[in-house]
Amino acid sequence: MSVDDATVRKIARLARIEIHEDKVTKMANELNGILNWIEMLNEVDVNGVEPMASAVAIALPMRDDAVTDGNIQSSILKNAPKADSGFFVVPKSVE
Amino acid sequence: MTKLTELNLHQALSGLAAGDFTSTELTQSYLNSIEAQNASLNAYLVVTGDKALEMARASDARRAVGNAGALEGIPLGIKDLFCTKGVRTTAASKILGEFAPEYESSVTTNLWRDGAVMLGKLNLDEFAMGSSNETSAFGNVTNPWKRKGSNVALTPGGSSGGSAAAVAAHMCLGATATDTGGSIRQPAAFTGTVGIKPTYGRCSRYGIVAFASSLDQAGPIARNVKDSAIMLQSMMGHDAKDSTSLNVAVPDLVAAMAKGVKGMKIGIPKEYRVDGMPEEIENLWQQGIAWLKDAGAEIVDISLPHTKYALPAYYIVAPAEASSNLARYDGMRFGARVEGVDLTDTYEKSRATGFGEEVKRRILIGTYVLSAGYYDAYYLRAQKVRARILEDFTNAWTKCDAILTPTAPSAAFGLGEKSDDPIKMYLNDVFTVTANLAGLPAISIPAALDVDGLPLGLQIIGKALDEETVYSVASVMEQAANFSARP
Amino acid sequence: MTQTSVPAYTAFKTARPDQWVKSVTGDWEIIVGMEVHAQVSAKSKLFSGASAAYGGDPNSHVAMVDAGMPGMLPVINKFVVEQAVKTGLGLGAKINLWSRFDRKNYFYPDLPQGYQISQYLYPIIGEGSLEVASEDGSMIMVGIERIHLEQDAGKSIHDLDPNSTYVDLNRSGCALMEIVSKPDIRSADEAANYFKNLRALVRYLETCDGNMDEGSMRADVNVSVRRPGGELGTRCEIKNVNSTKFVGMAVNYEARRQIEILEDGGTIDQETRLFDVKTGQTRTMRSKEDAHDYRYFPDPDLLPLILDEAWVENIRANLPELPAAMKARFQSQYGLSAYDADVLVADKEFAAFYEEVAKGRDAKIANSWMTVELFGWLNKNGKELSQSPIGAAALGGLVGLITDGTINGKIAKDVFAKMIETGDEAAVIVEREGLKQTTDTGAIEASIDALMATNPEKVAEAREKPKMLGWWVGQVMKATGGKANPAIVNEILKGKLGID
Ligand SMILES: [Mg+2]
Ligand SMILES: [Zn+2]
Repeated sequence: MSVDDATVRKIARLARIEIHEDKVTKMANELNGILNWIEMLNEVDVNGVEPMASAVAIALPMRDDAVTDGNIQSSILKNAPKADSGFFVVPKSVE
Repeated sequence: MTKLTELNLHQALSGLAAGDFTSTELTQSYLNSIEAQNASLNAYLVVTGDKALEMARASDARRAVGNAGALEGIPLGIKDLFCTKGVRTTAASKILGEFAPEYESSVTTNLWRDGAVMLGKLNLDEFAMGSSNETSAFGNVTNPWKRKGSNVALTPGGSSGGSAAAVAAHMCLGATATDTGGSIRQPAAFTGTVGIKPTYGRCSRYGIVAFASSLDQAGPIARNVKDSAIMLQSMMGHDAKDSTSLNVAVPDLVAAMAKGVKGMKIGIPKEYRVDGMPEEIENLWQQGIAWLKDAGAEIVDISLPHTKYALPAYYIVAPAEASSNLARYDGMRFGARVEGVDLTDTYEKSRATGFGEEVKRRILIGTYVLSAGYYDAYYLRAQKVRARILEDFTNAWTKCDAILTPTAPSAAFGLGEKSDDPIKMYLNDVFTVTANLAGLPAISIPAALDVDGLPLGLQIIGKALDEETVYSVASVMEQAANFSARP
Repeated sequence: MTQTSVPAYTAFKTARPDQWVKSVTGDWEIIVGMEVHAQVSAKSKLFSGASAAYGGDPNSHVAMVDAGMPGMLPVINKFVVEQAVKTGLGLGAKINLWSRFDRKNYFYPDLPQGYQISQYLYPIIGEGSLEVASEDGSMIMVGIERIHLEQDAGKSIHDLDPNSTYVDLNRSGCALMEIVSKPDIRSADEAANYFKNLRALVRYLETCDGNMDEGSMRADVNVSVRRPGGELGTRCEIKNVNSTKFVGMAVNYEARRQIEILEDGGTIDQETRLFDVKTGQTRTMRSKEDAHDYRYFPDPDLLPLILDEAWVENIRANLPELPAAMKARFQSQYGLSAYDADVLVADKEFAAFYEEVAKGRDAKIANSWMTVELFGWLNKNGKELSQSPIGAAALGGLVGLITDGTINGKIAKDVFAKMIETGDEAAVIVEREGLKQTTDTGAIEASIDALMATNPEKVAEAREKPKMLGWWVGQVMKATGGKANPAIVNEILKGKLGID
């Protein structure tokens, strides 16, 4: 499995990171270097092994249903690059 | 009177309790120390002098009425990955812009509850991604240590490089740090300080900028084992705001230090002897084994056969989680926005401008390994290898109570030395990353100096939730090593 | 650790021939499956303590978690989990004691975390079913594939500013149940009835308020067509349809659109479409080209959701009476037809209203006064039952007066109109206006005798043609000001006119 320029462009788009055309190949090479090294994992016998998603082996703790938060509009908007009338203001995003 | 910054944390607590000096005086002397050194070391990104003095005065007032907490009046540095209310929090990234959170992390809340004083926010690798502090958007931190007879600037390690450097240079009495693959222990080893990553779930992750959620864990960097124990005890504890926080009692770590290692079994994993490791580190390891033997411990050879797969597994799991955790840095609700021609362009420009090269590289790797068609081959396989690594440790615990290894495969290296080869850089964490994958507590203590006069660390890994044994062993080693060198 | 995998769809059964869409080139069959997003009724959000109430100032029902602020972490709401289990039990579904939350990654300004927390591989609820009426009156079973819990997104408002979008995160993080059906639906009517019954069910269970105007329930409708029993066609997903009526319209329009394309020799593009309520048409929303790659993976901020079997059984033991059971009871207890019972149990509020109206009174009269008279008036005036000027107790009072013979049906209609007009109780109106029905046989007889005396030719006619009885009844009622008891009038007339 190796990453070509088109794949770099595709994943950069998925990740919403602009990559200038003259940097694409360099990035592909870097990613391939790392991915080739990672290929080492194929040596490990993982038959019948349950994937480990967490180092914590307990059930999910649950909270009671109560309104304990919110009503902090100014705090929510405090760091916004742009806000107006209580809303976040973002570039036009009509689908 | 000795210079106040010469006292370590537990000595300072005694001095404050005896009324030898006030927290205000102590805090001021640290602010002076920062003032004198920060320009050259770049350990602090923000110094909150006024706030520090205000907190110190409040602490003095509490102490005056006999209401002193476990860290009453102790000035600390905070890694800039912890959200601190009203104080700019950057994760050493440009993408956070002037972000000043409206909330406080649970770990720092615990410290302030116990009376500690905040000196400022400490530099780190951007989003904690790095092992040399060179990925910080605000410039690298310089290690206060230099090679004998050399003026070459060295890395303090990373990602908690600012924390380690500040502790080593006496710019604070202790510092918070975080460890995802070795980010507390490797910088501790590089700076002659003590760094512990507790069991995953011991310290709340609430309010800590997330890098890789299933691996991230907070811990202290301190000047000695006892200071470390005092700080960690305050930082730990169950937090209902973090679903992965463990609801277990906080042990008395200072008491655990006195237990000794008599009759204890210490495992030595043969797989930690890696190619190209300097002989000095091998010798130091043998020295550590001898110290523990002398103190009455039994040394047992153990095998952790999947050790060499830990780093590649980590470089799938951590970037995958990071690619998702860092999606929220998009310039929409907080942080820096770079306006583009439309929404997508704004996203892409904001993130391309805001993130540094290493962060982008990891986001792209993470995006790739999770994308359609690759999930099973990469992510799922890495999770299974992770299970194998945990299994290795579970097997080891049938033979031993704790494991002794070197902390890092080298001493501090020169800035720029490894920055153009990602994998070479990643190999810094070869001994530390297994404890993150398995969720185990692990401490690094300074054990000796190498030929260049640079500190080297040894690591003790314990069973899950058995920080007490880790501190028992660390205390014995600390006495044997009698490490007293200063930068 | 038991993990169940997502089961494959059941066999695609063929529609009844009467459901086929006839066309010049032959018959077509419609295949529909639905994904319904139902907002879980709860005080707070799925993973934060902010209010889940509808409305509010922009960004006021928002916690730092809901705004995706750095370092913020989700903690699950236990009541929401209980609500999902309750809904699953109401659908006779399998409750998965082990389930998991995954992240669905994509960028959108109203998705603050950059991912939606959802249950992709291991949902909390497995397979179940829902009984639904088909257009021929028969009942069909629609399979439920799964129900999973997930976060709602915020709201983007595009018309406040010509150059910008305004974002309100009040809905961000509210708990949704996504109820996924199997593709067992074969017509627009079945689709509409499925949505209707599902809404009724969650309202009975009080797990979702079913309030369409507030977006509490919305359906993604997957439609494809094929030759009867033939190979499956490509499906299109019509997003966010928010009423029973629109579900039916969307299916009909979309099926015909697809048939037209196929008959012209074209092919169907798999795509997401929107239903335009103004035109009744569907149109492209986004096509495959920019299909998302959501990069699902288990949310490392959360741990597996593990339920205690005894806790689930306790919820099961305390389930309320559900529509299907209530329908059967209405048929046996009140002697209603299946159709009438179905209308009444369609909504929890209807059923409760009816039971109060019918209490101790004639159940069928109660039914017709509620569903014909009251619903008729509400419909004509564009009102909901909850806005009715006549409450259940008041309507019951009127039905009581009819049941015990105090007034007859004709007078009752006048009383009903006056009740709406004045808000007074039926008994008060009847008393005030002297509308009590005459059961005094002497007085009725006297008025009949007088009428017979003045209309001898009609008397003869009636003896020839018994149908004339109606004319006679009308005359007597007129003479008594409508107050005569029609049954008594009938009785006496028959005797006097010699009609058997
Ligand atoms: Mg859907
Ligand atoms: Zn959904």
